[in-house]
Amino acid sequence: MTETLHRDLGLTDGEHELIVSILGRLPNITELAMFSVMWSEHCSYKSSRALLSTLPTEGEGVLVGPGEGAGVIEVVPGAAVAWKIESHNHPSFVEPHNGAATGVGGIVRDITSMGARPIALLDSLRFGSAGGTRTAYLASGVVGGISSYGNAIGVPTVGGECIFEPSYENNPLVNVACLGMVETEIMRGRADNPGDLVILYGSATGRDGIGGASVLASAELGPDSSDKRPSVQVGDPLTEKLVIEASLELVAKSIISGLQDLGAGGICCPASEMAAKSGTGIRIDLEAIHLREADMAPFEIMISESQERMLAVVSPERAPEVLEVCRTWELEARVVGEVTDSGLVEVVVSGEIAASVPAAALASEVPLLKRETGRPEWLDDLRAAPNGDDPHSDLGACLLALLASPGEASARWIWEQYDHMILLGTVLGPGGDAAVIRLPGSAAAVALSLDGPGRLCHLDPYEGARLAVAEAARNVACTGARPAAVTNCLNFGNPEKPEVMWSFQEALRGIADSCSALGLPVTGGNVSFYNETLGRAVHPTPVIGMLGVLEDATAAVGVAFRAGGDVLALLGLTDPDDFGGGAYAAVINGALGGSPPHLDLEREGALHRLLAQAAAQRLLSSAHDLSGGGLAVALAESALAGGLGFRLTAAEPVVERHRWLFSESPSRALVSLAPENLDRLRAAAAALGVPMTPLGEVGGDTLDCGGFEVALAEAAAAHATHPFGPPTAF
Amino acid sequence: MVVFPGTNCERDCALVLERLGAGVELLWHTESDLHGADIVVLPGGFAHGDYLRTGAIARFSPVMDAVTTHARSGGLVIGICNGFQVLCEAGLLPGALRKNRGLSFLCRWIEVRVCNYGTPFTGRAEQGQTLRLPINHFEGGYYCDESTLAELQENGQVTLRYEDNPNGSLEDIAGITNAAGNVLGLMPHPERACEALLGSEDGVVLLASMIDSALQAA
Amino acid sequence: MSRYLAKVDVMPKDGISDPQGQTIERALPALGLQGISSVRVGKSISLQIDAADEGDARRRVSEVCARLLANPVIESFHVVVLPL
Repeated sequence: MTETLHRDLGLTDGEHELIVSILGRLPNITELAMFSVMWSEHCSYKSSRALLSTLPTEGEGVLVGPGEGAGVIEVVPGAAVAWKIESHNHPSFVEPHNGAATGVGGIVRDITSMGARPIALLDSLRFGSAGGTRTAYLASGVVGGISSYGNAIGVPTVGGECIFEPSYENNPLVNVACLGMVETEIMRGRADNPGDLVILYGSATGRDGIGGASVLASAELGPDSSDKRPSVQVGDPLTEKLVIEASLELVAKSIISGLQDLGAGGICCPASEMAAKSGTGIRIDLEAIHLREADMAPFEIMISESQERMLAVVSPERAPEVLEVCRTWELEARVVGEVTDSGLVEVVVSGEIAASVPAAALASEVPLLKRETGRPEWLDDLRAAPNGDDPHSDLGACLLALLASPGEASARWIWEQYDHMILLGTVLGPGGDAAVIRLPGSAAAVALSLDGPGRLCHLDPYEGARLAVAEAARNVACTGARPAAVTNCLNFGNPEKPEVMWSFQEALRGIADSCSALGLPVTGGNVSFYNETLGRAVHPTPVIGMLGVLEDATAAVGVAFRAGGDVLALLGLTDPDDFGGGAYAAVINGALGGSPPHLDLEREGALHRLLAQAAAQRLLSSAHDLSGGGLAVALAESALAGGLGFRLTAAEPVVERHRWLFSESPSRALVSLAPENLDRLRAAAAALGVPMTPLGEVGGDTLDCGGFEVALAEAAAAHATHPFGPPTAF
Repeated sequence: MVVFPGTNCERDCALVLERLGAGVELLWHTESDLHGADIVVLPGGFAHGDYLRTGAIARFSPVMDAVTTHARSGGLVIGICNGFQVLCEAGLLPGALRKNRGLSFLCRWIEVRVCNYGTPFTGRAEQGQTLRLPINHFEGGYYCDESTLAELQENGQVTLRYEDNPNGSLEDIAGITNAAGNVLGLMPHPERACEALLGSEDGVVLLASMIDSALQAA
Repeated sequence: MSRYLAKVDVMPKDGISDPQGQTIERALPALGLQGISSVRVGKSISLQIDAADEGDARRRVSEVCARLLANPVIESFHVVVLPL
């Protein structure tokens, strides 16, 4: 073993010294491999853990906070859900179909490990510009992977977002969120009782992803990244479906005392984490593990990332029941070890101890890093750059260009590939602001949305992150739900660079501020660093997964206009200068500069309360959040969704028309309602201090914006533009 | 309700059929006894992962012997989506389902026209009625050779046709019965169209008709 | 220039998980078929190509395989060339 082997495995000299002092000797190969995966950025969060503790995590209804497989929230009395988001960015660049598919598999197992049945998936996808050479290949592969895996395991994929932006050219972002319904009890990843047995069930163990965690996710992608080929895992949704059913049956019958899924770091991860949490130890007999490949070295078995596997802890008396449940679901299951009181993770081969490491050293006492932060020098120039608010002579053409742009065009080509209806709970599916999923056996529903404004965070990571939380909450509020909990996926570049670390810190500050002001606990999430290639990092991209509660599923409000004659109103205040980082700036003026839109969290919160109230009182026909392209695009989207045009008849605004129509101020919503409900809405808005501006009415087959008109059919054609179709120059 | 490894629509189907008054028993694919069931349902999903060919491995499951006996003696069988694919592979229905014309998975609401009101599955359908049902499949393009097609048309076995063919099915065929009329295979999912809140109640027409027929036969 | 027939077998790479093969393998005993193992599932593609000679044909078909017919991340391929 060379003296510098640890460096090839991603460990610094300092970390290696620490390992030697912990063990009191040099580590052997197996132990070194275990440290290399558990101390990798991906598994240990060593660069982020200290900063993450600044997020608010407590709140009414939070039953399980960060630190377990997923956060668990009580939605209505007696109904609890698990909610979490995860990333699978680097594997999706190397092999998009399987990278995305196994990303779905991983988050689904996290949810299942809490004793929750997965009932909805959402995905947040980011690729390079639509015309980029690899974009079509990556995007189709990723969507195909999520579709084939999610559909096969019988979990509906009900929403998400897909963004095309040059920043992600060589670093696609694939973030997948999953909602689960707790069926009986909440399960945790614990190994409390020495003498209990450890059972591994699911797929056989092969060489998948050896070194994947530490090698792939903790190092930037370079031109030879496609040589990291053997590391990519292939998913098997058939086995995953059986694993879900078997796991839930084990929990329902109260057979097991601990459960954790295997993902990054292989069996080493749950073994060390469960033991560390309980203050116990775990001894694993490698020869008991069912293998797919012959002649695997001990270290390979310990860190293999073969998919669709779970680790359960059970008393010796009840172990046969676990094996029987697995057998009925046609799954391989083996007793592979036992819980001890040694505090050590011990690996046994042919009766000999092949590795012995304190569990705490691997899992809970990883040396955290205090990375340097430094505000980027280029930020001032960027803030001083034009924000893209220049007017245009043909606003009708602007609207059509925005509707046809990859950022605003219909994503139907994506979500028609996802089964979004299975489980008979999809009240509002893809294509709106948020998905609304009725909980099984309940009158209540949850609203779910994923939002991550990278362009805004590029201009100002703090404000951008603050806006991200507000946007996600607003999307959920538009359906009539009360925003209730947050999961976040933080996608950033290389944390060894002060600029990246500065943006990470600022983004966390923004998330914390918004969540505190809006009363939203963060119940868990994921950090993905090293999203950069050849020194170019992606925009700081915190993706917020918002969960809202709707006590009566039948009160859900969609974005589509419903009836000719309904009146239109704008809720909230428009700032005519809010163009920085927006869609109008990008599409019409090719600009990215200035400052992000201004956000007043009190106004934002008041809007959410108004929308929930109006929905509960059945006042609204439709409600739609204003975001990319401002009021004009929101009007067009609601019109297209409902197949009904509109007529703006309100008095001409004082500001320039393009500012009124395209400014992207937050804290606004477009509603349509029967005329007889207008007075009640006005009163409710006044009581909550939310400005309400009547705009006109629904009807006809044109989008009549006062100063110009676009035929509904023409808008529909623009909106249906496929991102990989022939480029439409503007 | 036959459940293969990878079947995933059985709970939805069971829920809906129970609400319509039927008693439902989930039957794992290794079972060989139908326990006196009046109706056999092969629900949607990805039996055996759809590996090799959709339905190809499932047709050899032990339970299929009992299903075949039940079908050949006139018992009611409905195969929904993946179930339709299994019935074709098992030879209980003619033809095969091929990849969608657009070579993409398709989950969307469509309309079908009822073409044969005399089957045990369409008793409640009115003349000229179209049903709003969702499809959810990658391999939904019905195909059979010319002589089989002639037979299907002559015997009135074509039961449902797409109003706007989404997947390239021959003659817009969305669902067919066997010659005797007691076995129906259809690609759309009626169980997903049984509640207005979720988008349509038209699926009830087919499922309630089926239950009516079973009650009459009993 | 002559015309050649090329037959390409695209298979999962050694060491890569093959869920299709595993599932088929598990199903075979239920059909009463014993003694079958190591099932791997791939695809067979046949095409014709104009080339200067067999070597040229093989070289160009291999290029098509590497760039399109096989996914080099997870698949390997084998080319057989026959004169027509």
